[in-house]
Order: sequence, then C-alpha cells, then structure tokens
Amino acid sequence: MNHQEPFVFYTERRLVALTGMRARTLAQLVGHLGEISGSSIFYHTHQMYLAHHFETPVFSNDFALWVGGALQQEALGEKLAAVDLLSFTSIRQLREEIIRVIERHMAAGGWQDRECPPGDEFHFCRSKSFIMPTGLEARDPDEFFEILPRVSNLSLFFHFFESRLRLGHATNDFSEWLAGRGETGLAQAIDEADPYIMTLDQFKQRIIMIGKSRS
Amino acid sequence: MAIHLADYEEVAGRETIEELRVLADKVRGRRLQNINSTPVGGGVAEILTRLLPLLRELGIDATWDVIKGDQAFFNVTKAFHNALHGNKETITAGMLEAYRATTQANLEQMNIRGDVVIVHDPQPAGMVELRRSMGRQWVWRCHIDVSNPDRQVWEFLEPYVNQYDAAIFSMPDFAQQLPIAQYMVAPSIDPLADKNRALSPDFVNEVLARYEVDPERPVVTQISRFDRLKDPLGVIAAYRMVKRRHDCQLVLAGGGASDDPEGELVLREVQEAAAGDRDIHILLLPPFSDLEINALVRGSTVVMQKSIREGFGLTVSEALWKKKPVIGGAVGGIKLQVIHGITGFLVHSAEGAARRLAQLLDDPQLRTELGENGHSHVKQNFLLTRHVKDYILVMLALDHPNEDIIRLS
Repeated sequence: MNHQEPFVFYTERRLVALTGMRARTLAQLVGHLGEISGSSIFYHTHQMYLAHHFETPVFSNDFALWVGGALQQEALGEKLAAVDLLSFTSIRQLREEIIRVIERHMAAGGWQDRECPPGDEFHFCRSKSFIMPTGLEARDPDEFFEILPRVSNLSLFFHFFESRLRLGHATNDFSEWLAGRGETGLAQAIDEADPYIMTLDQFKQRIIMIGKSRS
Repeated sequence: MAIHLADYEEVAGRETIEELRVLADKVRGRRLQNINSTPVGGGVAEILTRLLPLLRELGIDATWDVIKGDQAFFNVTKAFHNALHGNKETITAGMLEAYRATTQANLEQMNIRGDVVIVHDPQPAGMVELRRSMGRQWVWRCHIDVSNPDRQVWEFLEPYVNQYDAAIFSMPDFAQQLPIAQYMVAPSIDPLADKNRALSPDFVNEVLARYEVDPERPVVTQISRFDRLKDPLGVIAAYRMVKRRHDCQLVLAGGGASDDPEGELVLREVQEAAAGDRDIHILLLPPFSDLEINALVRGSTVVMQKSIREGFGLTVSEALWKKKPVIGGAVGGIKLQVIHGITGFLVHSAEGAARRLAQLLDDPQLRTELGENGHSHVKQNFLLTRHVKDYILVMLALDHPNEDIIRLS
C-alpha cells in the first residue's frame, strides 16, 4: 500500500463453494484439516461474522461448535473457540494452530473418538470472495473518519479479516494506512481492538470512537 | 400486477437492491438460459417464475425452456427422484433407455441460446451432452438431496453431472464429492408473495375466525403436509404436555394430495389423536390457500416445524420472516434457519418441544426477541433478493474457476 495514495474502501461478496468432504469423527476432522484449502479454513473460522447480525452474538468458529456439539467434546470445543484469530497473519499459521490444539487433546488421552449422530456431519465449505471498490476514498485521516460511518460491514470484513489473513498483510488495512500517514497512535489503537468478540456493527462503532478520541 | 425490483426495497433494504444493480453490471447483457422439466407446479417452476423477471430487470437476458417428455419418461424420473433420496426403487435397463431416448429427442429440438445454461434437477441433466459441440458454460442446479443416493441411479447420472462446469446444491449436506466446482445456493422465500406479504390485522382475524380459532388466546401452529416425517402426532403430544398448565390452541394446517394414500392415512391418525379436543384445529387446506396460510402464521404465537426428516424446510423461514419464534426438529435445513436460542429452539423429541413451547408461551419478551432475530436472519440469508445475488455470483465464478479471491473492477 502506497501511503501517499488515498485509502480506497473495498467491499466483498461471497459465494459458498462446497467440497463434498465431510467428517464424522475427530480423527476425520483433523485429517481433512491438513488437506483442505486455506479458503476452507478461512470460511469456517469467519463465516459467522457475516451470517449473523444479532444483538448478543455467540461467536465461535465452526470447528469448535461442531466438536462441542455434534461430538460432545466440550473441553476441546472450548479450546478451539479460544484460538486467538487475531494473533495470526496467515491462514497457514491458523491451520497449524487448530491442528495442534486437536492433536494435543488427542494425545492427552481420556477421550474416545466417537461418531457424530447421523445428519450432524461436518461439511467442509470454501469461501469464494469477490472483491470490488466501493467508490469511497479518503485522501487524509480526517476524511477517513468522516467516511467511516457510511462504510458497510462487508467492507469492514474485507479490510480486517480477509485482507489480513488471506492476502497476508501484517495488520489490518486501516492501521497500515494510518501508520503510513503518521497516525501511529490511532493505527495502534485500531490494531489492538479485537473484532472477533463483537458484531461488525459494534466493531465499527469502536473504530469510530477511536477516531473521535483523536480530535 | 407485475412486481419490480424497486418493490423489494421496502422489505429487503435499499442497499440490498443497490448491491444487486452494482453486481449485475458485471454480467450485463449476458444470456442466462434455464432448462427444467415443468412449466408449472413444483418448487423449481415457482422459483424460476419469481427469479427471472428480476434478473431481466437487472439487464441479464434470462430465459426459460422446458424439456418435452411423455408419461413413461416422467415415471422414470420420478423413480430416479425417489432413488436419489435413498429409497429402494427397481430401475430396469428399459427405464434407463427411456431416459436416454427422451434426452436424445430434446437434444435435437432444444435451441441453446444461453452463454450460461442452468439445468435444473435430474430430469433434463442429459442436456449437457450439447456442451461438447456447442461450448458455453453449463451448470447443474440440483434442488434435491443426493448425499446418500441409490448407487445404480447415481452411477447412471454421474457421467452427465461430471460434464458440467459446476453444480449448485441447496446446502452443504446435499453435496457429493465431484470433480467439478460445487456451489451452495440456499432456497429463498419471496417476501412479496401471497404466502409472505404483509396482511392487515383484520384479515388475519377474519381467517382465524373462519377456522374457529380464538385470536384472544395463544395459538401454536404447524404448517405442513400430513406426512409422518413432519411428525404431526409428536406436535399433538407436545401440545398436550403443555396444555396442562398453559392455555393454548393448536393448528395443524396443510394441503392434501388426492393421489397420496399415505397422506390420507396420516390425516386420519391425526384426526383420531385430536378427537374430543375443541382447541385442536386440523385444517386440510385446498390448493391456492397461500393467503390463508400467511394469516394463520401471522395469527400464531409460536410456530412449530417438528420434522423428523427434512429437505430444506422453507416453512421455517416463512414463519421467522413474520417474526414468529420457531421450534424445529434438529434436521436438514431447519438447522440453518433455527439458530438455537437465537431465532427459536431446535429439539429432538416431543418432550423437548413441549419444554420449549411452555417456555415461549410463558415469556412474551423472549418471543419478541427471537422473532426479531428470526426476521433479521431471514432478511440477511433467505430472501429472494439473496437468491438473485447468488445467481449473479455463480455467473462470475464460472469465469474464475480456479481463484478463491477474485478482484472485480
């Protein structure tokens, strides 16, 4: 990103692609996790942020929900839900961590690899993302925060989740651009905000508040 | 009166319609040809009737053709349909030959105009044979669950399916491992159709009165065919458990098919189970009762869909759209619509249903909260406008088969 360039707000639309791969047991899940595409890992750790828009979200990734629900291995479900998505900047790292958590649990013993009830299988999907400019551009930080309330959740999703994890950026796009404009404090404050524990609506409000603290 | 895209702004949101216009610009002028096996009746014809005018208004040249077949062919495809659902059917070599012969006749007659050709369900699946000579992009849109098919029928159809550029399924559970791209496009409800559009309270009360349902007392409703897989007897059992402490009425409403002896049997069983209770209303509705069904759901306090097995179960979205909390069996597509504790409750037994029903009848605030969440969930995920968007995205995806991140200008 050239930091003298304006910030271009992008948005995305998503089509769900199916793999036909399914798991009935924990061993099958972890086996597939090593083989499936990165876009499948991304989909199952992020889809709920776009699919649900409720006041009180119960965010967890699909792996955690399935292990805790269909396999009734609640302890492992909790461990998977606690995987800190914000601490990874690539899908590769995230995949390795999820596999590591499951394998460590399996190695510890004291559990049985039972099959889920029929109809509760885990189905691996992928995310096919279409990225496009919104037409909104900010030339400087003032304009950036002025535009922010008009930016959609899908745009936020792209700049915070997709761009960082799938395009391999070190931080979110907002922080990267603001830091390039000398706004290191704001960049850091946004970088430290955790988008994974609130709805995208709430997260947008959080960033708007960070912007207000500047003036 | 024709319905236009702008009419959806009020219910689906202005930004949703604007989004469709922006996306459609990327495929403007492209020809999208649909092929199915029946011009009227059935879910596919219904959805095409609603989708096509919107796609055309967006500048996509969407058309629809129907294959021709005689009764023998449709008997074969009916047997295929049952076998693909995992039921045991006897499929003879003669039946396979009848399928091939009808496919061949249609291959010779069909005018392929589409840049993208979407072929719906197994009946016309063989039309893809034209791809070799004509090119174009071909998509098999499978509306049924083929996850556990009868091997013989699947092995017959698979060589056709594998010739397509992509397949579309309604939910991940329905998919197969295939060498071609597969996408998910969930079914949708039309918020402006008679079954879903807003109704005046007077009309709702008039319909309730017509069926002798008291609008002043709580109403629990299940809308479904009289079919064991919808578990109407389980619903009555749950109602009886709740009724001991909570005043309520039960409405079981559905259409009947004169050619369905099993349905008549189930209806008789349900009527016997309900005998002697004036608060249970068993309604066998005639065809074209969409407005009445709409009113019955709008007049309900809680809606049930206690299926034991289910395809997608769009009746759930129809109820959630009307801000009704839904108690649903934890099967099939119901699990995508009822988010446990957020838009309703998923249950596995009549006892579980009864417990949740008592909770909901007792807590108006919870009903309101789940109802609002349900409406928002359907608005986001199961409206016709989302269906239009997905079809446009599939057209775009066909141009980028090997990319997971596609940049559009």
